[in-house]
Amino acid sequence: MDFAFNSLLRRKGKNSALFVVYAGIIFLVSSIVFSSESIKRESRILLENSPEIVVQRTIAGRHDLIPEQYIEQLKSIRGVQEAKGRLWGYYFEPGVQANYTLVVPDEFLYGPGYIVIGNGVSKTFLAGKGDLLPFKTSDGSYASLEVADILSPDSEIVASDLVLLSESDFREMTGMQKGFYTDMILKVRNIKELPTITDKIRRILPDTRPITREEIMRTYEAIFDWRGGILLAVISGAAFAFMIFAWDKATGLSSEEKKEIGILKGIGWDTSDVLFMKTWEGLIISLSAFFLGVFFAYIHIYFTSALLFMPVLKGWSVLYPEFRLVPFLDMFQIATIYFLTVAPYTVATIIPSWRAATIDPDSVMRL
Amino acid sequence: MIELSAVTKVYNAGKQNELAALRNISMSIDPGRVTVLKGPSGSGKTTLLSIIGCMIRPTAGRVMVNGKEITSLPERFLTGTRRMTFGFVFQQINLIKGLSVIENVMLPAYPCGEPYGTMKRRTLKILDIFRIGDKAASKIEWLSGGEAQRVSIARALMNDPEVIIADEPTAHLDTKLSAEFMDILGALKGRGKTVLIASHDPIVYECKIVDRVVEMRDGTIKGLENRA
Repeated sequence: MDFAFNSLLRRKGKNSALFVVYAGIIFLVSSIVFSSESIKRESRILLENSPEIVVQRTIAGRHDLIPEQYIEQLKSIRGVQEAKGRLWGYYFEPGVQANYTLVVPDEFLYGPGYIVIGNGVSKTFLAGKGDLLPFKTSDGSYASLEVADILSPDSEIVASDLVLLSESDFREMTGMQKGFYTDMILKVRNIKELPTITDKIRRILPDTRPITREEIMRTYEAIFDWRGGILLAVISGAAFAFMIFAWDKATGLSSEEKKEIGILKGIGWDTSDVLFMKTWEGLIISLSAFFLGVFFAYIHIYFTSALLFMPVLKGWSVLYPEFRLVPFLDMFQIATIYFLTVAPYTVATIIPSWRAATIDPDSVMRL
Repeated sequence: MIELSAVTKVYNAGKQNELAALRNISMSIDPGRVTVLKGPSGSGKTTLLSIIGCMIRPTAGRVMVNGKEITSLPERFLTGTRRMTFGFVFQQINLIKGLSVIENVMLPAYPCGEPYGTMKRRTLKILDIFRIGDKAASKIEWLSGGEAQRVSIARALMNDPEVIIADEPTAHLDTKLSAEFMDILGALKGRGKTVLIASHDPIVYECKIVDRVVEMRDGTIKGLENRA
């Protein structure tokens, strides 16, 4: 190992360039894996508390308001424990060109005239507790609502753009008539009955569409995977360039290197000794680049909130949630990154190393 | 004691460019003596040194080193014998560029698994013997021709071999450095080392430390001159 290290130091320029590019690629790949996995994980934790079934009414394939009478019909389905209407919608604020999500919670403690806002909304408006925020209502007039509280940053990923308000304020702002809801949520007694219940809903209320929690989670994961995929596609060009560079470095044994191996064989090194030394050289570069890349990716994702590419990875509406992901290290992820980066390099270097190591020892006598 | 019995080496056997580098060579090399293989280029000197030094196997014949037949040894054991029994000084010196003097000298010892600290102390002692201890940390590119030659001899001695094999060692040295080189070999002979040199340089084969001159031509031995 001492010799392998000294040997690497002789080609400082070439090996440093390889190391920097290698560590950079590992940093990018690790950052993507860490961030998309962590976001999915956080979203899953949050969505686990969401309703088991959401029922939406559709007209001509479009989402429509659902009448209050449907609640009783849904409750009558065997296996349904609870059914209630939900009020929510989007509000576009032209001043900051941003969309907010308006939600009427089951129990809004503060009553009409007050709102509870997400961290993103608070930052956009520089609004704190006690401030009044103006909202344009459906008839064109403005209603000023007082900020009663700001949601905890822990739930920021899906709550950043939230505005919680009372039912009466919501109906006034959106113009949604009494007796209608945005959608309905159901609790079921036995989770295994979900397919039967959704089937019954489709039959009793043919103009509705039941959506299970599993489907919502799958959609979220698909979106984050898709966004991760975009980033992967972007960096794949860089990764490809690196592969060419590494391949050239690993396979293109210079005449100088061949001569050196001839000398080593001549003075008593065995094929396995040369192979061992070449493997150490590869491992010193690849392992140190791996650890450095993963370390900086960890810092990047969990301590700088993925400064470089989070705008692509997160954000449902125009407001980008700003939050710090909970540091989380999954050995499976690390192993995946390792096998995607270090293993191919090691394999690519073994064959040329072996070919070099089998140079006849007497070649040194004829140099 | 090294014994060669009917050693033949044919390159590219059965092909159009077949070349018999050695033909039926039989000889013995006594321990603690200096033997010179003398002859023109293409006479088979280097091939013979390569066979004796366990770098290649003969096509036919046997080589015995200290009573042990080495020609049939598997590569790993052949390498082990080469590493521990022989020290090599090459025509082109063949030090590895970019490495320091001490790192170059330590090279033959790395596969032996000796602890780094012990190996380094031992190397420094060897360098002191050749008056190049102060150059230990220098890159070999910075050395003079004579210093580089001494480093290559130091490297050959690193594993304390019984036999020193030198192939055309004075080919790139001037008269003064060649004489100095022969003095060093004389000192090694005095320490009981067996020295085997291939050369067509009169400074080498006429040197007084030489005990025996083997004249070669066309892969065969044409004459033997015993001086001691």
